[in-house]
Amino acid sequence: MPKMVLAGIEIEVDEDGFIQDPDKWNEAVAKALAETEGVTELTEDHWKVINYLRQYYLQFGIAPMIRKLCKETGFTLKQIYDLFPSGPAKGACKIAGLPKPTGCV
Amino acid sequence: MVESRTPRVDELEKGPWPSFVKEMKRAAEKKPAAGDLLRQLDLSYEEKVGHWKHGGIVGVRGYGGGVIGRYSNKPEEFPHIREFHTIRVNQPSGWFYTTKALRSLCDIWDKYGSGLTNFHGSTGDIILLGTTTENLQPCFDELSDAGFDLGGSGGGLRTPSACVGPARCEYSCIDTLDVCHSLTLEFQDFLHRPQWPYKFKIKVSGCGNDCVAAIARADLAIIGTWKGPLQINQAAVAEYVKNGLDIEAEVVERCPTGALAWDAANEELKLSVEECVRCMHCINRMPKALKPGTERGATLLVGGKATILKSAFLGWVIVPFMSLTPPYTELKDLLGRIFDWWDENAKNRERIGELIYRLGMRTFLKAVGLPPVPQMVFRPRANPYVFWWPEEVKRNA
Repeated sequence: MPKMVLAGIEIEVDEDGFIQDPDKWNEAVAKALAETEGVTELTEDHWKVINYLRQYYLQFGIAPMIRKLCKETGFTLKQIYDLFPSGPAKGACKIAGLPKPTGCV
Repeated sequence: MVESRTPRVDELEKGPWPSFVKEMKRAAEKKPAAGDLLRQLDLSYEEKVGHWKHGGIVGVRGYGGGVIGRYSNKPEEFPHIREFHTIRVNQPSGWFYTTKALRSLCDIWDKYGSGLTNFHGSTGDIILLGTTTENLQPCFDELSDAGFDLGGSGGGLRTPSACVGPARCEYSCIDTLDVCHSLTLEFQDFLHRPQWPYKFKIKVSGCGNDCVAAIARADLAIIGTWKGPLQINQAAVAEYVKNGLDIEAEVVERCPTGALAWDAANEELKLSVEECVRCMHCINRMPKALKPGTERGATLLVGGKATILKSAFLGWVIVPFMSLTPPYTELKDLLGRIFDWWDENAKNRERIGELIYRLGMRTFLKAVGLPPVPQMVFRPRANPYVFWWPEEVKRNA
């Protein structure tokens, strides 16, 4: 596994840049990951999405379905893409330090 | 003599069928990725195991799908396919091309990819096979400028496809190409930004022959049909008989509902319109004499899917007949209601067919506003475990 230096700490990531150990995640790491996804500044709206994903993952061990994400955060999918140009899975989940989405993607 | 580096796959250059190995070797003259791919394949043949890593999440800005990430698990041995992503490009309806369109596509893929393609993926997309993460965005940008867009992947609408339809087929009851194109444009958002519990596929066939296998491979199959009688040219039927067609054995007796009779004395093919189930057999057998009827439209079927999780399903009827004329408002409205009900109610990775199976047709029909009709079932239920809506039950009547 390749390693990346994110926010001053060396973290193992996979080829797609998803961090391998969710416990290594912190807000500074999120900021560093955001830059790899074309998000230059994390606003309050970004953090609302990131924190929701993070809490849902810590509680249930999976990422929420997209409809649930939109309902709970109050953002439409269009607004999510405005915040995270590569979308909720590749963008938001990666920045929130969740494991890589799998399946028939 | 230099020993071949791919002795196993080389065997597949022999024989009369066009050899994919030859094609890959031709590509390898220009592109090292194609050569590495061939060598990794040879290793896979030897070890009888795939050498791609699990998964891969890559894409282009603004889209959540359209690119399938892939990484070799032997990157040191095969460095040129360390990253080998697939790009799905939305095909023109019915796969009709000009050489100009294909040349522009090839020029772009020569520049950014391995030079290898699938024409086409099973869902219908043009498959551009193998490129690097770095090349994805510029490749997409050039494709876009050339008039191509990506197809679908992930939990969203997949690229719709259609049979050749009225472009080249006299059986076609609907403009399959236009329906496919119109739905693709209408639902761009669902296609590019996956947001559903799982994938959803639409396929459009012009008649019951179903040349795109919509009934088996689409969550929503649109299959052309007609109302009323076949169009019969009696003189042309007589011509078939005169030319040696055993019409009794090959047509009349094979009609699944016995709707046809041949009056040899008067040289007349008689049709019992109410009995005809529009299976297409007689038309297929005598295309110069028989045509679909004049009042045309489509049957809609839902639920077709492959085995995982709850067994394979063929689509089943939800709308026996719908007229289809641009801009297809009735169809699009119904699709919108189906998408919404499914998205709201399905579990993660539950296909629409499985959701209907779990919650029942009555729930589905009520939610999307369709009336239950006999054409939806092969036979009525054999068990008495019937649910009623509370409002249907009168107390102490």
